[in-house]
Amino acid sequence: MLKIIKYVISDILRSRTIIAYMVLLLALAFSVLGMESNAEKGIVSLLNIVLFVVPLVSIIFATVYLYNSAEFIELLVSQPLKRTKIWGSIFLGLSGAITLAFLIGVGIPIIIFAWIPSGILLLVCGAGLSAIFVSIALWTAVQIRDKAKGIGLAILLWLYFALLFDALVLFLMFQFSDYPIENGMVALTMLNPIDITRIIILLEVDLSAMMGYTGAIFQNFFGTGGGMTLTAIILLLWITLPFLFSTLNFKKKDL
Amino acid sequence: MIKTEKLSKKFGKIKVLQEISLHLCRGQCVALIGPNGCGKTTLIKSILGMVVPSSGTIIVQDKNISNAWAYRKNIGYMPQIGRYPDNMTIGQIFDMMQDIRGEKAGLLDMDLYESFQMKELLNKRMGTLSGGTRQKVSACIAFMFKPEILILDEATAGLDPISTEILKEKIQRERANNKLIIITSHILSDLDELVSEIVYMEEGQLRFHKTIESLKAETETDKLGKAIAHIMLSSKTTVHA
Repeated sequence: MLKIIKYVISDILRSRTIIAYMVLLLALAFSVLGMESNAEKGIVSLLNIVLFVVPLVSIIFATVYLYNSAEFIELLVSQPLKRTKIWGSIFLGLSGAITLAFLIGVGIPIIIFAWIPSGILLLVCGAGLSAIFVSIALWTAVQIRDKAKGIGLAILLWLYFALLFDALVLFLMFQFSDYPIENGMVALTMLNPIDITRIIILLEVDLSAMMGYTGAIFQNFFGTGGGMTLTAIILLLWITLPFLFSTLNFKKKDL
Repeated sequence: MIKTEKLSKKFGKIKVLQEISLHLCRGQCVALIGPNGCGKTTLIKSILGMVVPSSGTIIVQDKNISNAWAYRKNIGYMPQIGRYPDNMTIGQIFDMMQDIRGEKAGLLDMDLYESFQMKELLNKRMGTLSGGTRQKVSACIAFMFKPEILILDEATAGLDPISTEILKEKIQRERANNKLIIITSHILSDLDELVSEIVYMEEGQLRFHKTIESLKAETETDKLGKAIAHIMLSSKTTVHA
């Protein structure tokens, strides 16, 4: 398994896209944190960029990589290797490379300018988001043979998680604003890993007051040990479930 | 060595393989022939586990291969179109295969590697290679690990005459080593000197499995090409009649 991971990572590094991604993150993080004198404010600005860029790059890069390495996967499947091992190695290699690029790109500026709890939390959450969106990309790419359709679906999924989901939530909030929906809102948030990350970090920097009564409910839920554990479990589920489903599909896939 | 029982495969509504039952043994050199799209490659890919059959079983060396993978250690496969990662060099591909197969460098069969003079090409990237050179790389990999079973899909297509001869000689040597060799090809004259058995497929069905002698005797010809043409024509007339 380690052997295949090694080849996946060396293959990814050869394409240089991942290096460009790392440099982009470095530039963004340095400029945002360097300009802001207050570290916490800097983290909030950086948060918005990270929540936008990391899911987009992770899902698109992983999808394109999977389609481009169809030959490589075919070659591996004809060798004495277990399919689940091949797929697992591809997942670990891809998410490992992307997460590493993120940790270097955002981690170095955070260590220099903003080594505070919310900064560390941003690093952990960003790494989690990278793995989550690689996992989602694996699931879509294994089901769709056509490269153009597959990349299209990846973009749509990103749009959904980054923009459409929030619009839907807002719509529901206005429709049901006469009812006590605060607990429902917490549950609804769990359906979008980007939102979970955003709320966790905003609460950490004590901006919950800006979110009104719902903010207090969030504070109540996420502020407790139990709520935090549950959130961590849900983020882990977001990583493992799409990957598990994709493995089931890959085991039966015709190459 | 390889046994298929009522093997069927559907892609959507299209039946690519229909109840194929075959039994191939050690020491045979089998030619798998038939018109384009008759299911030869799908049959080969099912044996390799790359395509999952809709129904039926495949047994390789007395073991059912569904969900198995270790049996592929004994198979050398040369694909119809050798597709490799574009930005790896030939040398890296060889290293990777040896690494994955976990074979010691001293125990490898380097015959083809040397006759095809691969050493001079080691630094070339796979993306820049011609079709024939890719075929040579595929052939080297297929034979390198001394497998008991060799599956060569369109082995000679794209190779120049000298390389074709080198490959044919190698195939004959391996057959003498009591291995099972399965070849598909449309160039019947290439097969004439090599094969001992003919498996003929049409529209996903197995038409016949005969030794080359009995086939030639039945059709009263001495060339494989003529014999097959004879059969293709007669099967067409039965369809129309």
